Amino acid sequence: MKTVTRLSTAWTAAALLALAAAGPAQAATSGPPIRIGSTLSLTGPLSGTAIIHKIVGEIYVDQLNKKDGLLGRPVEWVVKDDQSKPDLARTLYEQLITVDKVDLVIGPYATPNIVSAMGVAQRYNKILVHHTMGIPSLAKYDMQFPAWSVGPNPETTVPNTVLDALATLPKPPKTVAIVTSKFPSVFLMSKGAQEVVKKRGLSEVLFLEWEFGNRDYGAIANRVKDAKPDFVWVGAIGLEGNQLLDAMKKIDYTPPLHFYMYPAPGPLAKLPEAKNALAASIFEQHPPFTNNPVAAEFVKLYNDRAAKAGLADNAVETQAAASFSTWQVLEAAIKATNGLNDKAMSDWLKKNQVDTIQGKLRFDKTNNYGDDLMRVKQIQNGQWVTVWPKEWAAPGAKILGQ
Amino acid sequence: MSLPSATLLAQSILSGVFIGALYGLLGLGLSLSWGMLRQINLAHFALAFLGAYLTHQLTAVAHWDPLLTLLVIVPAFFALGVLMQATFARFAITPFNSLLVTFGLTVIIESAIQAIWTADPRMLDSAYGHSKFKVGALYVPLPELLTLVFAIALALLTWATLRYTDLGKAMRAAAEDAKAAAAFGVDVRRLALLLSGASAAFAGVAGLCLALSFTLAPSQIYAWIGVVFAAVMIGGLGNPLGPLVAGVVIGVSESVTMAITAPAWAPLVSFSLLIAVLLARAEKI
Repeated sequence: MKTVTRLSTAWTAAALLALAAAGPAQAATSGPPIRIGSTLSLTGPLSGTAIIHKIVGEIYVDQLNKKDGLLGRPVEWVVKDDQSKPDLARTLYEQLITVDKVDLVIGPYATPNIVSAMGVAQRYNKILVHHTMGIPSLAKYDMQFPAWSVGPNPETTVPNTVLDALATLPKPPKTVAIVTSKFPSVFLMSKGAQEVVKKRGLSEVLFLEWEFGNRDYGAIANRVKDAKPDFVWVGAIGLEGNQLLDAMKKIDYTPPLHFYMYPAPGPLAKLPEAKNALAASIFEQHPPFTNNPVAAEFVKLYNDRAAKAGLADNAVETQAAASFSTWQVLEAAIKATNGLNDKAMSDWLKKNQVDTIQGKLRFDKTNNYGDDLMRVKQIQNGQWVTVWPKEWAAPGAKILGQ
Repeated sequence: MSLPSATLLAQSILSGVFIGALYGLLGLGLSLSWGMLRQINLAHFALAFLGAYLTHQLTAVAHWDPLLTLLVIVPAFFALGVLMQATFARFAITPFNSLLVTFGLTVIIESAIQAIWTADPRMLDSAYGHSKFKVGALYVPLPELLTLVFAIALALLTWATLRYTDLGKAMRAAAEDAKAAAAFGVDVRRLALLLSGASAAFAGVAGLCLALSFTLAPSQIYAWIGVVFAAVMIGGLGNPLGPLVAGVVIGVSESVTMAITAPAWAPLVSFSLLIAVLLARAEKI
């Protein structure tokens, strides 16, 4: 399956004629398109989230082509379906570089597929900017650049940020239960949280792990209730958090304070039991994030396209923002080096910062990671709002306890 | 490792009985088709999920009561089971080939579910979903209780039918020796169609129970295969009560394991039990 987003020369000419007749002149693109290749999990278990990246990529390429394109040339995005399979992603990246002969590649969705793509990019010395890689220690390739700014040690920094936020409550938690899926990127964070809890002098009353794909959350809910923690760290991905809350509801239990690592944001916000639930995020569609005009325009376009695509949740949050930032990083490197030389772009990115909708990104720490820009958000009145740190909090919002 | 409280242990045992009932319900049709039709019907799980998605559709979109969906799903799935058996008979599918063919069918049904309902996980929000009552310190959720009632009722009904009715006796005779049964006037072909239809209808009922209690995703079809196979093999092929009893034993063992130690250890329980039972019954394999 192949999807191509492109403004052809003919359309460009037609559009130019129309614009010339309509009023002030706008920028034009000419020459052969710059072809950027990637895979996305358009089918398979990851497709529910990968569709977000597809919509964002289409928006970005459309916007580029409505302006000057890149280097004055139109941009063509060649997307192939990796069917949520890392091995297929590897083959398709090989194909994109050797058969389709794309000029540049950009990352797929989800850590295992990104790792696959990274191996191919390394073999052909291609720069790889990628969206949401959850295990920074696996990103060993010198010319890979993460656009999801979680820093080189999110397993330490993210739990600390969460506990910093909770420490501002009138009654901060003293006892913690950590329950977690064994999904690799989630498990990494939960094990990190366990260490951070210990270092901060809090008491760990429960640590439980379950296999990704677990069916029955009843026993886990029972164990949490029995442990009576002040705060529950839920290392959940996707709907696991909803399933656990559902099981808790069946035994009339509500966690006093609860955090979810990588939840399905829309479905969790809709759940009444998820009231005051916390999660980490790099972007939410409210000020001060949307004070950035680029972000505000993107939010508008994304909300519209996501609604048309029938997505259950049309809001821009971490996935969409990281995806948009990926394109911003690539565009910045191309423009700064005025070319498509992978090495030159890579060298430039290591020495410079890039303005993105999640903030300024830099790539000068371990494995080209920069700062941890993860913030803490909370479900308040059925909506996600950023509550920590204060400078990124939604207007008037502050973290709420039980 | 700290000892769980009595309430936690009792609640875990109860949860185990409920999840075990679902293993038994899913295993009932599988056991019948395997033991009496000599077909290892992997598509049984895909049918159950198809039933769950149809329940979800009729409940969430058409606003039916979940239990009323059985009025449509059970006859439709019975017809589907009859059609499957007719096709298998037409092409004389062997037991081993039935494994391959039904695996293919599973993939096709999974793809169809994904094409229609997407890969996004779905949870049914029904009046039953959050209904529960308390017995002492224990919580009894209504959807799980319904699953237990369906599992016991269908297992007993099937057992009684096979044991006490002429139809059941004919089915058992056909399973034992089809040619001899035919010589005595048993319409083996028609009975096979009936049995396959009943198995598929049971999958439809299991689908309702899945939809009431669990998150649905196409890929979840495969998550149930291992443990239900274990329940069927421990319970005995073609034995309607066996999968239910074995399922409850497995479910309770898993839940107690989860109450005492890490939940990640729970899957080891069902397969350890399976290996132990297979070793104990080595002479019957």
